[in-house]
Amino acid sequence: MTTTSTPPQTIETTASHDGLLERIKSMQSVWILGVLVVIVAVFGALSPTTFLTAGNITNIAQNVSIWAVLAVGMTFVIITSGIDLSVGSVLVVSSVVAAKSMDAMGGQGWSTALIGLVLAVIVGLGWGILNGFLVAKAKVPPLIVTLGTLSVALGIAQIITGGLDIRAAPDVLQDNIGYGRLAGIPAITIIALIVVVVGGIVLHRTRFGRYTYAIGSNEVSARRVGINVDRKLIQIYALSGLLAGFAGILSLAQYGTTTIAGQSLTNLNVIAAVVIGGTSIFGGQGSMFGSMVGLFIPAVLQSGFVIIGVSPYWQTVAVGTILIAAVYVDQQRRAAATRGKGVSTA
Amino acid sequence: MSTLFEARNLSRRFGRVQALDHADFDVNAGEVVALIGDNGAGKSTLVKALTGNLEIDEGEILFEGSPIHFTTPHDASEVGIEVVHQDLALAPHLDSAENMFLGRELMRPGLLGKLGFMDNSAMRQKAAVAFSELGSAVRSVVVPVGAMSGGQKQSVAIARSVAWANKVLFLDEPTAALGVVQTKNVLETIKKVRDRGLAVVLISHSMPHVLEVADRVQVLRLGRRVATYRAADTSVEELVGAMTGALDKKEGAA
Ligand SMILES: Nc1ncnc2c1ncn2[C@@H]1O[C@H](COP(=O)(O)OP(=O)(O)OP(=O)(O)O)[C@@H](O)[C@H]1O
Ligand SMILES: [Mg+2]
Repeated sequence: MTTTSTPPQTIETTASHDGLLERIKSMQSVWILGVLVVIVAVFGALSPTTFLTAGNITNIAQNVSIWAVLAVGMTFVIITSGIDLSVGSVLVVSSVVAAKSMDAMGGQGWSTALIGLVLAVIVGLGWGILNGFLVAKAKVPPLIVTLGTLSVALGIAQIITGGLDIRAAPDVLQDNIGYGRLAGIPAITIIALIVVVVGGIVLHRTRFGRYTYAIGSNEVSARRVGINVDRKLIQIYALSGLLAGFAGILSLAQYGTTTIAGQSLTNLNVIAAVVIGGTSIFGGQGSMFGSMVGLFIPAVLQSGFVIIGVSPYWQTVAVGTILIAAVYVDQQRRAAATRGKGVSTA
Repeated sequence: MSTLFEARNLSRRFGRVQALDHADFDVNAGEVVALIGDNGAGKSTLVKALTGNLEIDEGEILFEGSPIHFTTPHDASEVGIEVVHQDLALAPHLDSAENMFLGRELMRPGLLGKLGFMDNSAMRQKAAVAFSELGSAVRSVVVPVGAMSGGQKQSVAIARSVAWANKVLFLDEPTAALGVVQTKNVLETIKKVRDRGLAVVLISHSMPHVLEVADRVQVLRLGRRVATYRAADTSVEELVGAMTGALDKKEGAA
């Protein structure tokens, strides 16, 4: 670029949606936020004394914390038009390796917990890199790669443990992270919030995030401008794996045990949340904020149904319905925008 | 003036189609060369082969007098060669400023920049300057490219390439979707870029445009260069004849 003169007024250079409020308003996910607000309002009206209490709200937040960590990685992956089905299994195998090692070390202190954390993250990272490598270099579709590693990782966890959960989380981990609170907020929720905020900043403000969108939007174009697409994809799947490993140690802290049989639907729940939140399965589009809204809808429904005495099984029915409705509405909005019906695509 | 960029004997086959058949091509610095030929003559293939977008089966490419091999489009960019592809290759979900600076983001100064934070407002300002200099119909640099008209998209792709080229600029049918005013602006831009000393290669099916801006015209037919003319010494009839094969024996003198 050689010129530095100021641009003429005729070309709009500041996004009108630069303000936080404007930005949120213009997002695909804004109407789903409305859905969440309505759900909260309905349960709040039906059961004001139990539903809208600080206790119940923290409870909901605690329940989504681990999924939130997974959803951060998943949002990146889906924006590249990929998918990561292996997160639940990677969580399990990471927590198994960590629990086994911490068990062998025997301590209940921070040093044991720290080793467990490091191991869980390394194991998660390893699986993520493997996923990324197979997607980017071996060109196997992400659906197949992560379906395969889902199975392999779970199998390895079962081989290591003989299929029996390991109860081995050092006391410090359970007391401080699992049950710990800071100003009344569960420690695990604060940790998840930090991961989400950092993930959101990286996605929306840094070059890494920009390239994530570019790859999902038009991979050929990304390659032509010199973006090392393969390396970026490996990094993104590695991030998803790393966060799954981290979620593994959080899960140990929260439940005090590995959850070998308990994560079989985790991947689908996280993917559903991300997609409900407006992230396009075709890539190029999505937001961290949307994924978080998408996470809270099932959690709030679950809690609300229990409180008003409806069978919580209805939550599963409702989430599936909302998932399809969310994608349907998104498609309609997009189609309307293409036809020029004045609906913003921004 | 010495030859800046040259192809000798390039061949490339796609299955049963011989897209390039011992094609030659050359362009000098400070000159506009028009590359013309019928649909399927091999123009886009030649451009891709010259710019690291396509491997060739045989032949030689020379840049500034010495043989060169681009493995990726980025290799070509690094030496100052930019292409506006016929399919534009923009990221539809990103806005025009983001597209223009894709792969060359301006970073925030200091630590923030090192951490990967981008200077979005600087990029938007510069993009706006580039679009207005081009006289393009882009009215906002913060609207996703996917929501723009075909002509506006084309403007974005052209502005991006013009901004970054400093040796050779290839434009593969850059005015195909443009209105009268914008077409005129693009032709003016081509002349300006040439006057900055760059080599410009224009692919176009519009003979009047070709004759207006080109210094030389090279004609491709069935994957082979069949004629080269000085634009000043030729006519639409002659060019059409060369493209269709009506004047077969005549290899231009220029
Ligand atoms: N990737 C490809 N795979 C197979 N065949 C191809 C490919 N690219 C080009 N071809 C063939 O090579 C020939 C030349 O195509 P090319 O796109 O270079 O033509 P062109 O001169 O640019 O035509 P147009 O004026 O229509 O853009 C055509 O017959 C085309 O079908
Ligand atoms: Mg072509």
